Amino acid sequence: MAAYLIRRCGTSVIVLIGISIFVFGLLHIVYPSPARVVLGPRASLLAISQWNAQHGFAGSVFRQYWDYVDGVLHGNFGYSFKLNQSVTSLFAGRWMLSAYLSGVSLALSVIIAIPLGIYQAVKRNSVGDQIVTTVTFTAYAMPDFLLYLIAIQVFALTFKVFSTQASSSTNILVVMGDWKDMTLPIVCMTMLILAGNSRYMRSSAIDTLAQDYIKAARAKGLPERLVLFRHLMRNACLPMITLVGLSIPALLAGNLIAEEVFNYNGLGLLFYNSLQDEDYPVLLAYTLVGAVLTVLGNLIADIALCVADPRIRLT
Amino acid sequence: MSNTVLNTEHIPEGGAVGPLNSGWRLALREFTSNKLAVAGVAILVFFLLFSFLGPFVYHGDYLVANLSATNDPPGAGHPLGTDTEGFDVLAELMKGGQASLEIGFLSAVIAITVGALWGAISGLTGGLLDSAMMRVVDVLLSIPFLFIVLIVAVKYGATVLSLSLILGMFTWLVPARLVRGEVLTLKVRDFVLAARCAGSGRWRLINRHLLPNALSVIIVNVTFNIADAILAVSYLGFLGFGLHYPNFDWGDLVNNGTEYLSDGYWWLVYPVGFCIVATVMACNFVGDALRDALDVRLRRR
Repeated sequence: MAAYLIRRCGTSVIVLIGISIFVFGLLHIVYPSPARVVLGPRASLLAISQWNAQHGFAGSVFRQYWDYVDGVLHGNFGYSFKLNQSVTSLFAGRWMLSAYLSGVSLALSVIIAIPLGIYQAVKRNSVGDQIVTTVTFTAYAMPDFLLYLIAIQVFALTFKVFSTQASSSTNILVVMGDWKDMTLPIVCMTMLILAGNSRYMRSSAIDTLAQDYIKAARAKGLPERLVLFRHLMRNACLPMITLVGLSIPALLAGNLIAEEVFNYNGLGLLFYNSLQDEDYPVLLAYTLVGAVLTVLGNLIADIALCVADPRIRLT
Repeated sequence: MSNTVLNTEHIPEGGAVGPLNSGWRLALREFTSNKLAVAGVAILVFFLLFSFLGPFVYHGDYLVANLSATNDPPGAGHPLGTDTEGFDVLAELMKGGQASLEIGFLSAVIAITVGALWGAISGLTGGLLDSAMMRVVDVLLSIPFLFIVLIVAVKYGATVLSLSLILGMFTWLVPARLVRGEVLTLKVRDFVLAARCAGSGRWRLINRHLLPNALSVIIVNVTFNIADAILAVSYLGFLGFGLHYPNFDWGDLVNNGTEYLSDGYWWLVYPVGFCIVATVMACNFVGDALRDALDVRLRRR
């Protein structure tokens, strides 16, 4: 177990180094120096080279890469000259809002996916199973924004139950209390994550249902409720751990679209606005954070699966 | 087999042995017996004809603004209405469909070509090169796909070709892993050993023996890749960072229509939304059916 953990963390570190090289390389290619932005289009070449030398954009590529990594490790993700603010301070005010939207949606989707998958497995090929399969298959083929637009049309424009826009507050406590504005984004994101996850839960539950220990539990006369909750559910949930760990890239992408459509003041909207300004330090900093979160998600899911499933013996 | 009643229809007449079928013929039979797969192919063919032959049959204007007929609801003259510039929505759907489908197919072909070669070389060579090539895949897979595609598209994307290249460059990773896995199981088989003994070089092994035998994995992946690429390009278009005018795809059309949803101009959003969902769903149907048909282990006996 310890050897496996060390090896698993080692590959993660190699991947993280690769990510830093890739992100820095891309930043270096598309945005070699902010001098033009800072000094204006009429600045002389001499002024630009002086500015570059002063701000560390003139040395060798390796030197600049080293400075970049050093900055990132000290919590300095770069500086947005367009917004005249450090990327760290831009993220600091927003990450909780995005984490709230994505986290609640992910948690809700897992809470729904587990009983839904078990229901579909137990009532396999029934009308209910087929309806759920059809709905999730359609939602799976649907671009996120279309579901948001339909939801806005029905629940905000036709029946004025919820708002067309998410909460505009930057205070997380205010946002959490603002159910009228936050219901649509959260429910829609939950549905979209569920569409991706529920068929895995269904097939996992079907596989588990065919195991001998389920037969044994039934044969010894255990009530069906206990068979399902104590024996089926706990085993069928295991793939969900991996799935949640792998869901971070999709979560970030979904979050980006949701925040753009609902005008929600999180990291996704910041990314969208930065795309329009071509503010590459912000864009690549968020990409770096997203990639690191993805690696960590995979790592934590692997470790959690080892802890949760004693049958997995790794050397 | 819970059904114990013998189904006599499917038992062949005694004695007559059917003609020997090749694996592909069996797969085709399996595929065509799947109703969803046939429906998926039919939908895809419909949208191909609609987008590429439709403009020859139906002449609607999507280039010259007609300010006397803006935001007309569906009716005579304009079966799906007009948008804010007086463009005909049906004609726009056809033109946008061309771009969406072209990018979908092109980027899938790019992704599968790069991915298959990468995976085959990595799997066949093994050792240090294999580890290095797979770490590259790990690194690129960790980077959120939509983010990186948006960043590169803002800088370099504008045409069908450049967007296909960008999408293809970041979607070859999964095919590479799948083909590598397939090659790892194939390369220890006897026919590869025989080919090696007969003097086949590495390139000939990959081209003639390994890739053709990994073809089922490749074909299944192409269909899913097309679906993902059509979705991805619709995201780019919706966010406004896809094709540059006068080119546009289905996502751009949704983007144009979104702000008029509160005015009740539903025909600017839902017909094009339906096109995206139907095409992507059809690709997924075909992909699922191909996987069932080509994977011998999943085939019904």
